[in-house]
Amino acid sequence: MNIIWYLLVAIAVLVAAFSGTMQTTTDAALDSAKVAVELSIGLIGIMAFWLGLMKIAEKAGLIQSLARLLRPIMTRLFPEVPAEHPAMGSMISNIAANMLGLGNSATALGLKAMKDLQEINTEKKSASNAMATFLAINTSSVTIIPATVIAMRASAGSTHAAEIIGPTIVATLVSTIVAIAATRFFQRFVPAQGKDPVDVPIKPDSENGEDN
Amino acid sequence: MADSLQMILTEASAWAIPIIILAILTVGMLRKVKVYETFVEGAKEGFQVGVRIIPFLVAILVAIGMFRASGALDIMIRLIDPLLSLVGYPSEALPMAMIRPLSGSGALGVMSDLLATHGPDSFIGRLASTMMGSTETTFYVLAVYLGSIGVRRSRHTLAACLTADAAGLIAAFIVVKLVF
Repeated sequence: MNIIWYLLVAIAVLVAAFSGTMQTTTDAALDSAKVAVELSIGLIGIMAFWLGLMKIAEKAGLIQSLARLLRPIMTRLFPEVPAEHPAMGSMISNIAANMLGLGNSATALGLKAMKDLQEINTEKKSASNAMATFLAINTSSVTIIPATVIAMRASAGSTHAAEIIGPTIVATLVSTIVAIAATRFFQRFVPAQGKDPVDVPIKPDSENGEDN
Repeated sequence: MADSLQMILTEASAWAIPIIILAILTVGMLRKVKVYETFVEGAKEGFQVGVRIIPFLVAILVAIGMFRASGALDIMIRLIDPLLSLVGYPSEALPMAMIRPLSGSGALGVMSDLLATHGPDSFIGRLASTMMGSTETTFYVLAVYLGSIGVRRSRHTLAACLTADAAGLIAAFIVVKLVF
């Protein structure tokens, strides 16, 4: 991340110097900083809303039943995560929200899942294998209904606005499969720098949610 | 047909959240959960998460904003373009593929531009639409998700995500080419 961040900025300044776009680059930097804060603040309400709802779902045992239902798939995708851990439930809810195209709500649930995954992460400053897999699935976009795209096509005068659903699902499926394969493949080359995951005390209870 | 399908889809997403809310609250009540107190207790954390992601989001969005505004992205597109035109990839749709992992609003802008210029039912229009729907703003997601829990070392996450993005974009191209 350090190198990429540096390269993005350094190349931008270099190119700006040669093509006379220094002023627009400056504006973009300051504008983006502002937008970043607006985005984060905008997310607070939605975060609060979904975290509240998720807490109820957790206490009512709904998340756990959902997790149990998808257990065969989830334990295979995330072998490091104990089957009963709340992270399973929150990852499923995030993926489901993404499938429905719920945008910011999916983000809120995804951040909850990351927090749950961090609980069982042995090396807190470093992404665990489970996190990498979860993020790769997440960014490969598991959309079923690309609602925004369909709406934009319709307003652009498309005669078959929804015809891209099929191709989108196929492309999504390919990228998700590649995402899972890629994390499996790459994780061999980047050791977690930690102890063996086996000797970590695992908190299996999912009854009362998180404890901080 | 497409219109009614679209109506059903729009309706379905409008109904999804209210129904989920109602279902969770109802099951909660039936299982004797104090729904109101529990909701408030969970919601409290929303603020902290929102604030915690600010520095990470600023860092990533500033870098991407500068990269785009300086014209560096355009140069990169111009460099890659000749390679991709070899396989019949339209150069008009290349900005879409390049911007998609960096910026969601940027990609939406490029897509609406392509839809307006080439028409939504053209090859380029369909390709841009499929790309938009089948990939995500990887850099944003990684910065926010990892930032929210204070992870600094992303290990293989970025490599895996970008590989998946590339696969998704290539798949979008091939599928659109085959189907239409």
